[in-house]
Amino acid sequence: MSCECNCGQKTMVDEYPEKRIQLEEYISTLELTEDKARNRGFLIQTLHKAQEIFGYLPLDLQHFVADKLGLHLSEVNGVISFYSFFTDKPVGRYKINICTGTACFVKGAGQIVEEFKRYLNLEVGETSRDRKFSLGALRCVGACSLAPVVMVNEKVYGNVTAKMVPEIIDDCQD
Amino acid sequence: MIDTVAKLKDYAGEKKAAAPKAGTTVLVSMGTCGIAAGATPVYEAFKKAIADMKLEDSVELVSSGCMGLCHSEPSVEVIDNSTGKSTMFGDVDAAKAVRIVEGGLSTIPVGVNTVERTWYYPEEEENSIGAIQARIVLRNSGRINPEKIDDYIAREGYQAMAKALTEMTPQEVVQTITESGLRGRGGGGFPTGIKWKFAAAQNSEEKYMICNADEGDPGAFMDRAVLEGDPHAVLEAMAIAGYAVGAKNGVIYIRAEYPLAIQRLQIAIKQAEEKGLLGKNILGSGHDFKIELKYGAGAFVCGEETSLIHSIEGMRGEPTFKPPFPAVEGLWKKPTIVNNVETYANVPAIIRQGAAWFKSLGTEKSPGTKVFALAGKVDKVGLVEVPMGTTLKDIIFGLGGGIFGGKEFKAVQTGGPSGGCIKFDKIDTPIDYDNLIALGSMMGSGGMIVMDEDDCMVNVAKFFLEFTLDESCGKCTPCRIGNKRLFEMLEQICEGKGTEETLEKLRNLGHTIKDTALCGLGQTSPNPVLSTLINFEDEYMAHVKDNKCPAGVCTKLITYEINDNCVGCMLCARNCPVNCISGERREKHTIDQSACIKCGVCYNHCKFHAIDRI
Repeated sequence: MSCECNCGQKTMVDEYPEKRIQLEEYISTLELTEDKARNRGFLIQTLHKAQEIFGYLPLDLQHFVADKLGLHLSEVNGVISFYSFFTDKPVGRYKINICTGTACFVKGAGQIVEEFKRYLNLEVGETSRDRKFSLGALRCVGACSLAPVVMVNEKVYGNVTAKMVPEIIDDCQD
Repeated sequence: MIDTVAKLKDYAGEKKAAAPKAGTTVLVSMGTCGIAAGATPVYEAFKKAIADMKLEDSVELVSSGCMGLCHSEPSVEVIDNSTGKSTMFGDVDAAKAVRIVEGGLSTIPVGVNTVERTWYYPEEEENSIGAIQARIVLRNSGRINPEKIDDYIAREGYQAMAKALTEMTPQEVVQTITESGLRGRGGGGFPTGIKWKFAAAQNSEEKYMICNADEGDPGAFMDRAVLEGDPHAVLEAMAIAGYAVGAKNGVIYIRAEYPLAIQRLQIAIKQAEEKGLLGKNILGSGHDFKIELKYGAGAFVCGEETSLIHSIEGMRGEPTFKPPFPAVEGLWKKPTIVNNVETYANVPAIIRQGAAWFKSLGTEKSPGTKVFALAGKVDKVGLVEVPMGTTLKDIIFGLGGGIFGGKEFKAVQTGGPSGGCIKFDKIDTPIDYDNLIALGSMMGSGGMIVMDEDDCMVNVAKFFLEFTLDESCGKCTPCRIGNKRLFEMLEQICEGKGTEETLEKLRNLGHTIKDTALCGLGQTSPNPVLSTLINFEDEYMAHVKDNKCPAGVCTKLITYEINDNCVGCMLCARNCPVNCISGERREKHTIDQSACIKCGVCYNHCKFHAIDRI
């Protein structure tokens, strides 16, 4: 499968055959049947797996999944654009997510978001050009006693203050 | 393989008898929040210290689910098995863990905190008179290893299923649940037994039981605690429900953001299948039941049952008009019941102990207990389970220990983005479904966020609306466009551009959205605005008439200035994140208003009341 825009660039699926095989293996374990509507029930879990393997879901990968499950590209794309968990844009190596649940909000998460935006010069939902940082806001992580909470990949920072923001960014060393 | 009730009883007896009679059990609270607070190194430190002192034979170390003591995580319970005496340690770290072991596990080493009894009742005291908490749903959470089915079986696990499958007819099970008065704990409060009856009456070979574990309310995490701390209770309940309505298939729809809960559910399902407690011909009763997991992908609206069903079918999670109700036409167009995690977690106890017992707890119209995630500006954040009818005051000022930092209580928000804010003069109200609705709020899934004098209620309403805007699926106009307009009006008010007419428009539009939106999300989305408009009208008026934000939150309406109290200690200048405060040591400082981001850090740090918030 080549890139849609005929730019000659290799697509994700072609570029990483080992990842493609991993995804194909996963799809082969699904109990797909003749019933098209029911096969669709496997779509969301397949997209979870695909995003886990590739990091994000570019158009050619959406094509690939659609073909494998016997769906239209529009159906796959419609699901990706609906659910906030899925992204069709590459994400940074350090995913900085600020919890914006109610408990964090009343304890000042809004200010923390502003500080990160200022330091990283990014809006929420954006990734830096060097793909080091992605800035995001997420719903309650349930660590309300530590509010406000910031997660960097899997690491949790609790009771975050505006002063801690540059320290957290400095912690992100490759 | 446990294929008869007799075998289950024998096995349970065996496991109970095998429980240690001597030595010590150390339970480490390892739910997501405990781990976030650092429970893993504590667990490792215990393990190493126990090995170093060669205590493996007398000390059992258990990784358990959440104990609900969020305010003192990582928390550890040490039980002396010979006497049953238990000590709760809070704020434990690796070094403290070593000292607890070195102290022989029977003393409280200096410098290690213990957690007060008022917060957490050990089992034998739990339903005693005077105790605020009563645990049904969180019965096992924090007491067993959720990854070991034997622990659950030893504590009467799967006995309710055995009773239902072999001693009761499906009609009797439905009848018991109906009589118990159990209402949907996801927020709506619909009687569970009646829901089951609808589905049971449908003549279909294929039916589905769904567990809604897409806990989306920001600030609510009780379902996660149940799934992480006691996953088998939900599996058992689903199997019972399946028997009652004639369904062989169960689906747990769980948020992808809950990896630990997913992992523990996967382990639990596998163990139950291996033991023959799920699958074909359970306990020789002829009832088949299997459970699969389906993952959400971050859409709040999927908590609505029709949206949830569409999501399981691999579609966009958009709601559809009811009727037909899912009990008639749900997943794959087959009769389907959607119940919340907490609702299910009540079922085994009701079957075991009877409808009359359940009705004896709580209030007449809302029997049983409710789990609340108590958070926000409260002294002791945590997960609490109280009988219905307990007052908000008992929870916030009793269990929660009042307001953090000695500030003034302003409001308590229940029901998440669908709920409302309740004022101080109403916090003596006993909590049940109907009372909360009468106060302009709702039960919701159980988030309870306490706010103090520093919270601006207009801003809080704006926060919830922003959430709804983000999460609205966009299918119906009132929700998609109406909420956007509501939000814009609130923005105007927070920027000092609102007028009294804006308030009137807010009210009108809010009611219109309530009356016309398609699903539960839209119909309840204006609640945070409408309830604050009623309860905190003076605060709205201050914004629109005087252009002031009394709580000092709306940055467009405030400025920080340094007054003559300033002694030039430089504390504010050192803490200012944008370095916009200047001045020599021992001289009055000044704030560069053009650079000030109005974060309030200087105001909070100043020890001389030298900063005015105007």
